[in-house]
Amino acid sequence: MSIADASNAGPPLSVRLRSQLGGYGFLLPWLLGFVVLTLGPAVSSFYLSLTDFGLMGPANWVGAENYVRIASDDPRFWTAMRVTFTFVLLSVPLKLMFALAIAVALNKGLRGLTVFRAIFYLPSLVGGSVAIAVLWRQVFAGDGVLNQVLAALFGYEGPSWISNPSTSLYTLVLLAAWQFGSSMIIFLAGLRQIPQDMYEAASIDGASRSRQFFKITLPLLTPVIFFNAVILTIDAFKAFTSAFVVSDGSGGPIDTTLFYTLYLYQEAFTNFRFGYASALAWVLVVIIAIFTALSFMSAKYWVHYDD
Amino acid sequence: MTDTVYASSVVEAAAMPEGAKSSPLKRALVYALLTAVSFIMLYPLLWMVSSSFKPENEIFATTSLIPQEFTLDAYRRGWNGLSVSFGYMFLNSLLISVLVVIGNLMSCSMAAYAFTRLQFKGRGFWFALMLGTLMMPQHAVLIPQYLMFLKFGWVNTIMPLVVPKFFAIDAFFIFLMVQFFRGIPRELDEAAIMDGAGPLRIFLKVILPLSTPVLATAAVFSFIWTWDDFFAPLIYLNDIEKYTAQLGLRTFVDATAQSDWGALLAMSTLTVLPIFILFLLFQRLLIEGIATTGMKR
Repeated sequence: MSIADASNAGPPLSVRLRSQLGGYGFLLPWLLGFVVLTLGPAVSSFYLSLTDFGLMGPANWVGAENYVRIASDDPRFWTAMRVTFTFVLLSVPLKLMFALAIAVALNKGLRGLTVFRAIFYLPSLVGGSVAIAVLWRQVFAGDGVLNQVLAALFGYEGPSWISNPSTSLYTLVLLAAWQFGSSMIIFLAGLRQIPQDMYEAASIDGASRSRQFFKITLPLLTPVIFFNAVILTIDAFKAFTSAFVVSDGSGGPIDTTLFYTLYLYQEAFTNFRFGYASALAWVLVVIIAIFTALSFMSAKYWVHYDD
Repeated sequence: MTDTVYASSVVEAAAMPEGAKSSPLKRALVYALLTAVSFIMLYPLLWMVSSSFKPENEIFATTSLIPQEFTLDAYRRGWNGLSVSFGYMFLNSLLISVLVVIGNLMSCSMAAYAFTRLQFKGRGFWFALMLGTLMMPQHAVLIPQYLMFLKFGWVNTIMPLVVPKFFAIDAFFIFLMVQFFRGIPRELDEAAIMDGAGPLRIFLKVILPLSTPVLATAAVFSFIWTWDDFFAPLIYLNDIEKYTAQLGLRTFVDATAQSDWGALLAMSTLTVLPIFILFLLFQRLLIEGIATTGMKR
């Protein structure tokens, strides 16, 4: 009881002072990192985006020229945009659907839940590594596993999915969709939060299973769906490793896997156009910000909140 | 960003009674479907591992997952397939990953402690900024960071990969720890203050000892993401002696082209192995970490 009394009266001055000093003391590493590694570079990269800074000579001020060129005179930028948006708009809904479907199936009180959950989660844990991108190259190669299986099962001679411009991007979409496990885990946690008595009441009223799903499960899960969608979208815009490894860093064949980040990397670290690449980076930041803002604005029309 | 208590109940709640009502036939159908999907999902991984033990001419001859002839030859060829042995690259990866784990645990737990337990002016402001950096793509700061590290003479060393982590640059872990620290009863701090303990003693003697689950989660995630990281080493490490296993593997793809898939798959298997082992050991921590923060893979 004495503890509660003391805290109501407010701690003595010396304790408060120690807390102030201690607060900044403990925050110091983060503060330094924030100023030196985040804030400073962010300001400086915006400045660089207004210059022609490259390997040669000092940075010359060019104003908005880089941005104008991006918008009006850079076909590879628009290619990268098309590739990236195709990737985002296909991989995110696929991932969400797989994740939700499997989570709902696993949530039926099956025996062996933990085993299945582990199996479905494993690909998202290892999927971002170079090894898996290498494996993907092999699976979808002309003499790869997929074509072997297709030949054995259906006698179908498949093309090289990776080096065919009309399918190469979709192999990367598939690789992303394969990694639905972490979203599935978040959905499982969300499903557990739905009160059981709602289902009981609904089934007493004679609501069918599918009606229960669409009238109870789905609406109550919309906050989780929304959250997953935002996080997955941001991640998908930033995808890099798979496209880099599968295309040997080129974004090929004929730029069909030129992810935005891959184009940015090429401009910055192959062509050393630091000014132009900084402008590209800021365009990406703005695109992601707009996408996130739009999602939040759309939320009030479809996301169900209790209060 | 609710104040979820980091409890196992989030993921380990009892089976839903809903399932009890479904018919045996329907259950069997769900099992069959889940098993089939699992197999398709795991097939590429199983194929990678099994092919790494097959002789080269057998890899493409059959789709069978069981090697007819078991050999470690591909591992021998792969291990010494580049001018520098893969052993060095694994050691480089290990060194970087361990240092990153230490840096993240120290700096992020300090920041999370300040944000949750200490009263100081501007706390809300800094906390909002920290949450803002969670969403910000690294690309916005990439080039100036690179130029800065170039000026420091740090390019082609492990410094750019390790030093920032000692400054709590991974806001995700601060967020993870904040969520956990909030669940530790404040009465414990207040009792320690009554005993004359300052912020440092409370941090070391009260908060940290009670936080082993979240520290372990952060450590495992840090290790896995650093081990898997490709972009930062690609930019900062130039000499093959300094390469991480991921960079080595990617160079190996170029070097062997399509000619030695066995060796390539063997080295791929080896780079995934540490992650797989951590997954087996800490599966529960990883899944709880994802379920409570709702972020990252």
